Amino acid sequence: MVAAASLRERALAALETVCDPEIPVLSIADLGILRDVSVHDGVVEVTITPTYSGCPAMNLITLEIETALDRAGIEARIRTSLSPAWTTDWLTDAGRGKLAAFGIAPPEHTASRRVLFGEPHPVCPLCGSADTEQISEFGSTACKSLHRCRACREPFDAFKCH
Amino acid sequence: MATTTSIAVAATPLVLQLLYRADDALILGHRLSEWTGHAPTLEEELALANIALDLIGQARALYGYAGTLTGHGEDQLAYLRDAAAWRNCLMVELPNGDFAFSIARLLLVSAFADPFWRGAMASSDGTIAAVAAKAEKETAYHLRHSAEWLIRLGDGTAESHRRARTALDDLWPYTGELFTSLPGEAGIAPDPNSLRDTWNATVSGILARATLERPTDGWMQSGGRDGRHTENLGHLLAEMQFLQRSYPDATW
Repeated sequence: MVAAASLRERALAALETVCDPEIPVLSIADLGILRDVSVHDGVVEVTITPTYSGCPAMNLITLEIETALDRAGIEARIRTSLSPAWTTDWLTDAGRGKLAAFGIAPPEHTASRRVLFGEPHPVCPLCGSADTEQISEFGSTACKSLHRCRACREPFDAFKCH
Repeated sequence: MATTTSIAVAATPLVLQLLYRADDALILGHRLSEWTGHAPTLEEELALANIALDLIGQARALYGYAGTLTGHGEDQLAYLRDAAAWRNCLMVELPNGDFAFSIARLLLVSAFADPFWRGAMASSDGTIAAVAAKAEKETAYHLRHSAEWLIRLGDGTAESHRRARTALDDLWPYTGELFTSLPGEAGIAPDPNSLRDTWNATVSGILARATLERPTDGWMQSGGRDGRHTENLGHLLAEMQFLQRSYPDATW
């Protein structure tokens, strides 16, 4: 049991270094897609869940998890689980802070249909103004929309509520 | 060593249910991806590509599940079935036409998919419920995006209104097939036929805002759910399946 617990700790430490390839300031733990790390007979089982059904980063993330654990000398199995479905509510507070510092407006806290269908006006991550407008509800990746700040005139990405 | 031209898939009610949804999603996703490089604006190009990605992702999840039931993996189901083995509705395989046609089609399909996936979240089948929980949020975006465009086109210039109206007239005979019921689907997913009222209310509301007249229901096309397709599907598959047909068993 002690061995398993310390193996799990080592795996978690190694997984800290695995980031979203499209938003490299966020670790997979920050993003909330790392759902579980457990140990079965000396083999680490990592469970991840996709953000969007068609997220093209999932294959790369799987590969990076394998690489990070292999580098730490840990044998691992990776499992993808669809249920429960990921929502932006799973983004950690640390993750939200990192997103804003990176220039991406973090999502509102409740991924309800009301928020999903309300006119989204995220606060500008660059100057902090709430006077913003949406340019397009689909941005550079599936998880982001495109906005412009009326105060500082800069365009910026926002993480979509989901 | 794939020497057969088409794999045979056991058509149990659950497998059929998965293929109806997955084939609709993949073929529509493929059509939308054809806009890449041709969309009217960069933002719209990103939007259509993102929607295509959502749909292809939904199809992958459903094929993955069908693979555990049929012994044919997601790539085999996508790349090794000939036209007659596809179960998508005819509407999604029609060529893209102009922008108004592609947007109107996306709206008509999304107005069905939205309540369908919301209902399927309560599926007695855990995997379908899990796919639905993701798909319903994505589909809500697709519906909103296509609705906003159709309203803009219908309530725009005389030319955009004319094109939107023509698109709806051309697409209307293909809408009946969306509601094809499946045998033995009770509890697995909503009966498509039970979603007619919701679909009608959604579509009529959007058409009213778009100042577009709703086409009258007349004779409806069918056949896609039984594998009887238009010639367009063959052309689409020729392109989509080319690599796997020419280099059997190729993997990434």
